[in-house]
Amino acid sequence: MRKAIVIGGSSGIGEALVRKLAERGWRVAAVARRIGPTSELKREFPDSVLPYQHDVRCYDEIPELFQLITRDLEGLDLFVYCAGVMPTVGPREYSFEKDREIAEVNFVGAMAWLDQAAIRFDGVGHGSIVAIGSVAGDRGRAAQPAYNAGKAGLATFMEALRNRLARKGVNVVTIKPGPVRTPMTEGLDLPGAMPVDKAADKSWRRSTRPASTISARYTG
Amino acid sequence: MSLLPPERIERVCGFGMASCADGYVVRPASVDELEEAVREAVRAHRKIVLRGAGRSYGDAAIGAERVVIECTRMNRILSWDPDAGLLEAEAGVTIEQMWRHCLPDGFWPPVVSGTMFPTLAGALAMNIHGKNSFAAGVLGEHAEWIDVWFPASGLQRLTPEDELFSEVIGSAGLLGTILRACIRMKRVPSGDLRVRPTLCGNWDEQFDAFRKFESDADYMVSWIDCFAKGRSFGRGLFHAAWYETDESAKRDSLQPAHQDLPSSILGVVPKSLVWHGLRALNNRSDMRLLNAAKHHSARLPGGKEYRQSLVAFSFLLDYVPNWRMAYAPHGFIQYQSFVPKLRAAEIFAQQIEMQQERKLEAFLGVLKRHRPDRFLFSHGVDGYSLALDLKITPHNRDRIFQLAHEMNDLVLSAGGRFYLAKDSTLRPQDFRASIGPQSLAKYRRLKDTLDPDHLLTSSLAQRLEID
Repeated sequence: MRKAIVIGGSSGIGEALVRKLAERGWRVAAVARRIGPTSELKREFPDSVLPYQHDVRCYDEIPELFQLITRDLEGLDLFVYCAGVMPTVGPREYSFEKDREIAEVNFVGAMAWLDQAAIRFDGVGHGSIVAIGSVAGDRGRAAQPAYNAGKAGLATFMEALRNRLARKGVNVVTIKPGPVRTPMTEGLDLPGAMPVDKAADKSWRRSTRPASTISARYTG
Repeated sequence: MSLLPPERIERVCGFGMASCADGYVVRPASVDELEEAVREAVRAHRKIVLRGAGRSYGDAAIGAERVVIECTRMNRILSWDPDAGLLEAEAGVTIEQMWRHCLPDGFWPPVVSGTMFPTLAGALAMNIHGKNSFAAGVLGEHAEWIDVWFPASGLQRLTPEDELFSEVIGSAGLLGTILRACIRMKRVPSGDLRVRPTLCGNWDEQFDAFRKFESDADYMVSWIDCFAKGRSFGRGLFHAAWYETDESAKRDSLQPAHQDLPSSILGVVPKSLVWHGLRALNNRSDMRLLNAAKHHSARLPGGKEYRQSLVAFSFLLDYVPNWRMAYAPHGFIQYQSFVPKLRAAEIFAQQIEMQQERKLEAFLGVLKRHRPDRFLFSHGVDGYSLALDLKITPHNRDRIFQLAHEMNDLVLSAGGRFYLAKDSTLRPQDFRASIGPQSLAKYRRLKDTLDPDHLLTSSLAQRLEID
């Protein structure tokens, strides 16, 4: 049985991915700030889903939690970082509070978790690391400066990990979906957005390929 | 729960590469370091797997997310008394170290496996046998004493007079960890063997050869062509060997330089490259041809008695470096079963027939003669064993295991046994039936006493439900 950790497994792409992996016989640790939704997943897949409550901004608890989870899973084949926030930002709003939250959840927390996954996969010489990036990280736009910057940082960090780990037999994959219909994008006008299930499916399928950055286009 | 150093994690595999698990590997160099590693594992709420050189084929020395304590750095020879032939050594001393140290004085390890790389502690924990199993038994029979560290009580020296001696040796590192041992080395007249090959055309001739030579040969082993059918069913090449007593062999043959395996074939092809060639041939049709070619080549003139060094005869598995890589990436399992002599021919023939029916023939089959011993987890029977190398692929894995389970049933129906150093396929009920409920109950009582927190485990122990 293969094993995965999904950070941000309570909603959106993360939740869909947990469900998809569990349906395919994986053992999945669903890590999320809110325990309610992941406990729900546990009820749905009692033998496959292990819920853990954690805020990715609690950086100090990550190394120990990572070891606890891998022990409970009895191994690790796939690590996915899906946690992300995108608060509404007004056109003339420059809120450090919001920007910091975005940076911490979308990027700093990602580094803290990805480092743990990288140490492990570097040691064992197998496995896949996936991060959900975004085409929003390809350039800075007026609407979401911090979100753009966070996703850009994440993609560059992942590229560097890839350059370190590819030679060890580890797949490091950044998925950059276009617009996806998730709770995070609720209320936004997104014509042609990808259903969340589709985004999860693409993420999972690409995870075992020694690829680089995937722009997961949705063509309806 | 405390943290383990994350960079210690490694992919740890059985020698057959078909079973692997990630674990936190520690390589203590002393008893103090070993004890610290155990304390660290306890603090991190982890169980422990004991590992030597990783030469067990299956899952005896691996464990997912466990602390893997590998004894390879405790590798000092502590003393050697050439008058008494007694060698005292630490856990991680290899069979190679043992023969290199003692052969110049005219001594050879009393029991060796088909490779010289296992550690002493690993070899005792699995209680290995060799091609002299019918005469010399298992390695544990040649230990003067063992120093064992038990989770409950710490270090203890055991001698053959202690009941625990025969319970710890062969228990696959699940009761305690062997840290030092004293082995009675075998005095040999030279470093060479006189080897006599016998070409066997079928099963009857195979067993006739063993019977003919068992009263006086020092070593016996036979290779079986698992592809041959009909009149040639069970054909193969039997070898009996005797320590060479001819004075002309004596002096030089005891020098390690005489024993060293050549690094190239015919002085040209580097042997380090040979596994690439083997890999290209590692499929059913080429292996059928290779097995047939091996059989027919033995008909050529010159198939008479010859002289061979102890190393070249004993360590066939080391002759082609990295030969197991021919089975990469999915590996292979070695299936070895031990059947009492009255039923051996019948059971082994049925095993090969089953393989042929399913087109899952073993690429290599090896027949050996054994004798019973007094150890708790004994694999010894007054009979024979057949060892089969079965290639694993993602497509055949389920069918191979199904085949193995059916072969297990056959072996058990004949009162046979299995060898944990090789095993990959036993189910809990198979193991229970093979060693008997009384032995298993005794083991469980010992486990509760010697390792009350059940710290020592392995993937094999979990699979057999003896962890």
